[in-house]
Amino acid sequence: MAETKAPVERPLSPHLTIYRWPLPMAMSIAHRITGSGLYFGTLLVAWWLIAAAAGPNPYSNVAAFMSSFFGRLILFGYTWALLHHMLGGIRHLIWDTGHGFSASEREWLSLATAVGSVSLTLILWVFGYLVMGGSH
Amino acid sequence: MAGGKMSTPLARVRGLGAAKSGTEHFWRQRLTAVANVPLTIAFVVILVSLLGRNHAAAAQVLGSPLVAIIMLLFIASITTHMRIGMQVVIEDYIHDEPMRLILLMGNTFFSLAVALASAYGILKLSFGVFGV
Repeated sequence: MAETKAPVERPLSPHLTIYRWPLPMAMSIAHRITGSGLYFGTLLVAWWLIAAAAGPNPYSNVAAFMSSFFGRLILFGYTWALLHHMLGGIRHLIWDTGHGFSASEREWLSLATAVGSVSLTLILWVFGYLVMGGSH
Repeated sequence: MAGGKMSTPLARVRGLGAAKSGTEHFWRQRLTAVANVPLTIAFVVILVSLLGRNHAAAAQVLGSPLVAIIMLLFIASITTHMRIGMQVVIEDYIHDEPMRLILLMGNTFFSLAVALASAYGILKLSFGVFGV
């Protein structure tokens, strides 16, 4: 019978950990993660509304938490998650109409989601601080 | 095989398929997604306008008819949307049947609790605004 030859060195499929994430894939995962974050973040919205209905003291507790460093951090993350999920959602609605599926459009839409959510978050916070600075 | 030879004519007309609820969740998720865009923008505007304001100002703004109605629509839309979204996540990742059922129940309980608690707060503010 034929001799067994040494196996030819073929390129292996890249392992998940060294595989370069395509941008649409990363944005898809981010859409799920931000959605899950927003899910639990609604507790803050409910807390805020209940406290406003309960009176000045409960409301000042919420206000104190929101203006603490930790509270600000959560709010900042929540703002970004909200905007990212919204822009990603609009992208999905575009796809639902059957448009935007070509390679360049997918890349462009994904990049717009990432860049748009970060810049809108920063704009909103700069604006928020200006509004707050004016009313204090 | 919703429209195939294996299904009865009645099943074909209903068009619900194996999931028994057809495209209801798919459609409702898109409907609330579209509604969420203007409602969330309105929510952020309301929130930013109340930054640094005291309780009296917040109670007055949140209790005023237009803001209260927008907030109620916002809460109804996002809690419907998030319940369906989390259901998909649970069904995708949790393969243990009892655990999946428990989490799906918990998902509904959580979404409804957030919705009703928020609605209670808004309604209390808007119905109480002339009483104080």
